[in-house]
Amino acid sequence: MSDFILEIGLDEIPARMIAQAEAELGRRVTDLLTRERLLAPGAKVTTYSTPRRLAVLADGLLPGQDDTEEQLTGPSWKVAFKDGAPTAAAEAFAKKAGVPVAALQKVTNPKGEYVGASVSRPGRSAADLLAADLPREVLALYWAKNMYWRVGKPERFVRPVRWVVALLDSAVVPVEIAGIAAGNLSRGHRILHGEAPVVIDTPKAYPETLRKAYAIVDVAERRNIIRKALDKATRTVPGARWREDEPLIETVVHLTEWPSALLGNFEPEYLALPEEVLVTVMRDHQKYFAVEGPDGKLLPHFLTVLNIEVDEEGKATIQHGNQKVLRARFKDARFFWEVDQKTPLAARVESLKKVTFFRPPAKDAEPWSYAWKTEQNRLVVSSLAAHVKAKEVAFDEAALLKATELAKTDLTAELVKEFTELQGIIGSLYAEAQGLGATVGRAIYSQYTPASTDDAIPPTVEGQLLGLADRIHTIVAMFGIGMEPTGSKDPFALRRAANAIVKILAESELPLSLSDVVEATATLDTKATDSAKAFLHERLSFYLKDVRGFAYDVVSAVLAAGSDDVRDAIARAEALTAARQSADFAAISAAFKRIKNILHQAREKGFAIEAAPAVTLSPEAAQLAAASAALAPQVATLRQSRAYGDALALIATLRPAVDAFFDKVMVLDPDPAIRGANLALIDQVLRGFSGIADFSEIVTG
Amino acid sequence: MPSATLSSTPKTALTFQELLFRLQSFWAERGCILQQPYDVEVGAGTMAPETFLRVLGPRPYKVGYAQPSRRPADGRYGENPNRLFRHTQFQLILKPPPVNVQELYLQSLEAIGIDLSKHDLKFEEDNWEGPTVGAWGVGWQVMMDGMEITQFTYFQQCGGLDLDPICAELTYGLERLCAFMQDVDSVYDVVWARDPETGAEVTYGDVRLTEELQYSVYNFEDADVDRLWAHFNSYEAEAQSLLAKANAVFADETATPALKRRFPLMSTYELALKCSNLFNLLDARGAISVTERVGMIARIRNLAVGVAKVYAAQQTV
Repeated sequence: MSDFILEIGLDEIPARMIAQAEAELGRRVTDLLTRERLLAPGAKVTTYSTPRRLAVLADGLLPGQDDTEEQLTGPSWKVAFKDGAPTAAAEAFAKKAGVPVAALQKVTNPKGEYVGASVSRPGRSAADLLAADLPREVLALYWAKNMYWRVGKPERFVRPVRWVVALLDSAVVPVEIAGIAAGNLSRGHRILHGEAPVVIDTPKAYPETLRKAYAIVDVAERRNIIRKALDKATRTVPGARWREDEPLIETVVHLTEWPSALLGNFEPEYLALPEEVLVTVMRDHQKYFAVEGPDGKLLPHFLTVLNIEVDEEGKATIQHGNQKVLRARFKDARFFWEVDQKTPLAARVESLKKVTFFRPPAKDAEPWSYAWKTEQNRLVVSSLAAHVKAKEVAFDEAALLKATELAKTDLTAELVKEFTELQGIIGSLYAEAQGLGATVGRAIYSQYTPASTDDAIPPTVEGQLLGLADRIHTIVAMFGIGMEPTGSKDPFALRRAANAIVKILAESELPLSLSDVVEATATLDTKATDSAKAFLHERLSFYLKDVRGFAYDVVSAVLAAGSDDVRDAIARAEALTAARQSADFAAISAAFKRIKNILHQAREKGFAIEAAPAVTLSPEAAQLAAASAALAPQVATLRQSRAYGDALALIATLRPAVDAFFDKVMVLDPDPAIRGANLALIDQVLRGFSGIADFSEIVTG
Repeated sequence: MPSATLSSTPKTALTFQELLFRLQSFWAERGCILQQPYDVEVGAGTMAPETFLRVLGPRPYKVGYAQPSRRPADGRYGENPNRLFRHTQFQLILKPPPVNVQELYLQSLEAIGIDLSKHDLKFEEDNWEGPTVGAWGVGWQVMMDGMEITQFTYFQQCGGLDLDPICAELTYGLERLCAFMQDVDSVYDVVWARDPETGAEVTYGDVRLTEELQYSVYNFEDADVDRLWAHFNSYEAEAQSLLAKANAVFADETATPALKRRFPLMSTYELALKCSNLFNLLDARGAISVTERVGMIARIRNLAVGVAKVYAAQQTV
């Protein structure tokens, strides 16, 4: 058994791209080894990465492919040999197969006698195959942003390739990637190890050899080291803990080869700034972890993850430097906060005319300003408010309208210009500081949430309505000028906006359907409501499948019976998912599929689907009609009270009658009267019981 | 405030001018020619012709220069300790980039007295784009102890033209770097020079504070918007008429190489730079609406792209 290591050494790769690239490289190498039959049973493929390298270790590789024997079949024997002498056809086949004519054999198969040749294909060595195929696999890696670096621009990659290690056991695999010939020389940590090359003796020695050169190549291990180091550094402050931040952990994991952590401090006076501002400065701008006390309130400390291990003097220097940077940033933030307070939000409404929301591409089109956007949002919000008010939802309408009017004004605040990710949040903090009340503040605060399908929806009705209005207006306005998302292109994040609408409706108690939301834009002069509805329905399907995890056939079945009421669709999907486990229900689903097919055929053939007055039904048909008639009103009652589980259980009891019917009755009877009656019966069954879901969509064993 | 013990670094830290000397010597010893600051207003070292033009075409080039860079909107009347109307970039172009360009860069930090074993250094992704000059590249901001000390870019395109070979552009922000090394809280406290005999110090504030105040007054209060527009239009018109002439010469099959070489490319480019600076002034005066902004950037880029094309054509004459 052999082992193989591949390491691609690069200038620092952007942290956000490393995890995906590492996984893809592992997949590509595994696929290559599998395709070429080089993986021994029980072989193991492990991947590694640091900011400067991607690596794959394959443990349990065959030294080469097995030789294979292949049987080729050629022209018929009669054509190939005339009177025992080979013809041109025989010679051509022998040439193609790479064997002498004398080696051709007669093979007999059910079709007759043919010329055959047995060709042995020697297996290629692992080294040959890897050298030939690896460059293509490596250079095909996906990167969100690529660059050229070599003269003549022969390839694009995330950053210049600086070295390649490719070893099959202790032998270098003669592969060349982006002009770099592979060897057995890697590199260690830039500073702790320096520029001296690091000799890799064998593939399995790779992780430990690099550890000695101050590069921990195992990502999980670095993550663990960082978490422990953060814990340890935090322990110097009694009762403190660092604030968990998974994405930030991932970022620093991919920014370091030899991580350690350091606690720093800032002046407690800055704690007077809003926590959101402090955390944003620390996390987004400085990649620091915030530190909090037992009460969850911020403490005047931070943690920074270093890409080095230093002595006490170094620690003091680094702590001092980081504190200085943070202090300057906090000072700026406080300055902006104070400047912003001089112009209250209400006084900023006018200046939104000068802030562009979107510039329609049509020649001579007026740019859409945020003042315009605010006015459009107000119209939509008013319409939504009227709708929910009619259904007796309690909320503060004046606060909602105030929040809508001021929602975008923080875009003109200096603090938002500095920290754009705090839009909405800054507005709400200013609103509360300016005495506009918590309801207005909270609605402004949460107008952009949920930002993703993992995010929580706005906690208040006012915030939910504002969030719905802002997004549906954007969608309808963009659709109105032909800016729908296409394929993978969605430059205005309209899918995300629609996902948020679906999620708000799913998780709130608002009595609004998707159509209600779209129709709230009816007073605007855009004409895209139909396509916007279809778009939202498609997003609902995505939400049910990808966010809620319902099976695709359940989703199709449920949406075929109605896709406008989001929470109702979820309830039906839940009931159907539970019900489909039963054998009776599976049989009913199969029967409904059959019914649908039969009705489809009947319509194609132009058969009448109606019962003539005096037709006598077969006993099984009569029995089904009776059972169906008895169940239908009960099912309808349950459906209306949304007891979908009970309704589906009841429908499943129809099975004996349905089974007997299909066993004994030929639906498409030659007698048009009987046929019409049968068809009318199954049509009625289908209609009567498809209100919760179109069961014929359910995939049955 | 639990104050950290100061390291001994500040006492031995370089003065502002020593910092520049060391960087210049370091890179001169590695084969760079040293240029003097360019004598037309620019917003960044990238816009000086030593970068904007030299990165075009196939000819290798290595150059370093300290470039005063003007950002009218960043002026703070000398009141903000970290923001300046005019700061100094030490700009380095390595075309093509040597394979050990990052190692060389780290050596340059050691050359200015930074002991890398006592600092935390990271290369964090930061891609650069200059829409007014049709340029972009990928690279990093180099972070030391949480502060950006250098912008490191692999240029991919300039003046709308793909670069081949590409180049590495290293931009050291001298004021900020020096304040970091001297451990002062304000750039105005940076020691610019120290008299070797008397030890008397001249600070950055002594040299520059008054002009920072005055520039802010002009940029934010006194600059006459109508005249700035008139200047802009006038410079643009002259640049355009020169570009029209260049296009005629280069389209003319009977034009001699000598005639093509005579075309005043540099002067045309300087007119474009004037427009760029005027645009920044108008912006600082709040005279450019959001609507106009994109259009203005496009006008300047048109000039820059036009110049880049003529420059490339002249190189092959």
